[in-house]
Amino acid sequence: MAASNYEMSATDKKFIAWHMFVAVAALSIGALFGPLQAIEGVVPNLYDFLKPVIQSYYQGLTLHGVLNALIWTTFFITGFLTLTTIHGLQRPLKYPKLNYVGFGLMVAGLLIAAVPILLNQASVLYTFYPPLMASPLFYLGLTLVVVGSWVEGWGFYFTYNAWRKENPTARTPFVTFGGLITMVLWQFATIGIAAEILTQLLPWSLGLLPGVDPQFARTEFWFTGHPLVYFWLLPAYISWYGFLPKQVGGKLFSDSLARIAFWLFLVLSIPLGFHHQFVDPGVPPLWKFIHALLTYSVFFPSMMTAFTVIASLEYGARKNGGKGMLTWIRALPWKDPSVAAQLLAGILFFFGGIGGITNASYNINLVVHNTAWVPGHFHLTVASAVTLSFMGISYWLVPYLTGKKLWKPQWAVIQAWLWFVGMLIFSNGMHTLGLLGAPRRTPLGIAPYIPDAWNGRLLQNAFGGVILLVAAYLYIVILAVTAFNKNGEKATTQIPVAESIQDPAASPAWLDKWMPWLIATLLLVVIAYGPQLVAQISSIQLTSPGFPYK
Amino acid sequence: MSGQANTRLHIDAYERNWMIISVVLLVVFVTAVSVAGFMMGINVPAPQNRVNPNTVAKEGPFSTPGLRELGGGKYEAYILAGNWKYDPKEMSVPVGSSVTFYITSSDVQHGFKLANLETGEATNLNVQVVPGQVSKLTIKLDKPGTYQYICTEYCGGAHPTMFGTLTVTP
Repeated sequence: MAASNYEMSATDKKFIAWHMFVAVAALSIGALFGPLQAIEGVVPNLYDFLKPVIQSYYQGLTLHGVLNALIWTTFFITGFLTLTTIHGLQRPLKYPKLNYVGFGLMVAGLLIAAVPILLNQASVLYTFYPPLMASPLFYLGLTLVVVGSWVEGWGFYFTYNAWRKENPTARTPFVTFGGLITMVLWQFATIGIAAEILTQLLPWSLGLLPGVDPQFARTEFWFTGHPLVYFWLLPAYISWYGFLPKQVGGKLFSDSLARIAFWLFLVLSIPLGFHHQFVDPGVPPLWKFIHALLTYSVFFPSMMTAFTVIASLEYGARKNGGKGMLTWIRALPWKDPSVAAQLLAGILFFFGGIGGITNASYNINLVVHNTAWVPGHFHLTVASAVTLSFMGISYWLVPYLTGKKLWKPQWAVIQAWLWFVGMLIFSNGMHTLGLLGAPRRTPLGIAPYIPDAWNGRLLQNAFGGVILLVAAYLYIVILAVTAFNKNGEKATTQIPVAESIQDPAASPAWLDKWMPWLIATLLLVVIAYGPQLVAQISSIQLTSPGFPYK
Repeated sequence: MSGQANTRLHIDAYERNWMIISVVLLVVFVTAVSVAGFMMGINVPAPQNRVNPNTVAKEGPFSTPGLRELGGGKYEAYILAGNWKYDPKEMSVPVGSSVTFYITSSDVQHGFKLANLETGEATNLNVQVVPGQVSKLTIKLDKPGTYQYICTEYCGGAHPTMFGTLTVTP
């Protein structure tokens, strides 16, 4: 792996910092609405107190989902991938202005989508299933965010090509390799949502199309919806494989298996969207079953990741004097907030992964589909494995970008633990309620069918939600003081790029060739989606008029 | 760089065993799901004839939603979801009945999940209700009690109030 001696320019750092700023700003608003959902089960009609600023529970839930799951993630990830590109390749961006344009489009899209959301004209949640209809500005804004991220991705590809010309035989550094795969996956996957918005939702919301086909729209949405999960997750994996081992004083256990895992995530994470549609009426069971099998296949690189990451951690812990079969875990640097946050994220992800296998299990989905179990699940994945890892990354990234020492690192450790404990409490409550039959996306405090027996679980959710809010704001305050306190202590932070135990140059050359893997990705998508896309498009019925939120 | 010539992939022995365990686990999962689905008949909905959401309330079987007895302990239930209500809102069948549900929507997407919320007993009836499509699923009701069917898909402001009741009489 290349030596970490390249010093990023101040402009580059500022550019990445802007991504972070928008991401954290989005989180600061999105996180506010989380506890409001969670407390609602105990104290109903809380939103009455927020009028006229926020009109309804569903406006709040839309803000929570869009800002946290779409904006916080996408801005953080494009910023982080800018870093893995520049620092991994040890060279500046080839066309920085292209990346600035991409970022500008993302910000413009966010502002455009924010208008209807804040006016309660887009309270359709972050899945925006038609025929519930939002203002056209909402669809337009989301499209621009996605297109902007594509443009930034093209900037990464140009930079990679330039590096490849200068280094024709070198292995692509791991963090850059992972970042590029993340971006390719994203660009491939978002074709579904782009098609849904541009051919159905946008013209329909503008009155140019009399109706949409809600079933086909769901198929288009979930073409993007599941790989989206891997777009969130892979940057956390880049950190777990490529940075975290260094932070614990160790090395990456296996460079080649890490690369194989990333290739498998690219190839396997798109052709399985029907596992979100197991109980949809318009998709034949055979195709649902095929997608269930393909979803299971992603379990394989996930298990490889678990092995390699834990083996890398153990290698570091033993070098620090760790002993015993499991007690080596104590020898990890738990006092480093960046490490603590990512280790705790990994532990939560263990439970999230098990729940994910449950969801993907074809007929078992009949029990959990659209119940509170589902948000319980994805708060362990996107809101823990991903978000808590991103928080951990921030604890070295923001000091690196600002040249300041992290403010109150011991508080940052507490922050990570608060998130961990809050999430255990909250997600346990949600999973249990889901198994009892509680629907998701529902203010249970005012639902007439709720039995008294659920009160304890609803209280548990509220309790977990409040802890999570405290943890979110502790994170935001620590970052804000670190970045903006003029009297903050100056310090130089190194980017913790992990070396591999095995020399990356000794890993097989086919692991650094794009074409075979891209062809495999395309082929598998054609096989897994082709027949159903033809069938659903040839029988499309644009019969559903729009229903604005009321 | 001498890497180009080296195409052998090194896999640690522990990691190889771990990968074998992963594959075995997957085979177990696939077997369990397949046995439940294709031998025990716990299956997911399949496409039915399409309907027009704009006219479905006025013509065809959904213009007179409700329970129809077929004889021999078998029933059909036609349910129309719309405007934050299910039609019919209440149904009753004797214990041991096998009921085939046909559900569609006259407006936005809804959900339909049947469970006894008091006892926490779920059933395997849980479908997405999509305008233009008919969600069909058959279940056998072997335990008496009061079951609720609740909307599990966000359908607008009054979504939390959308439910109905199915009584299974002893």
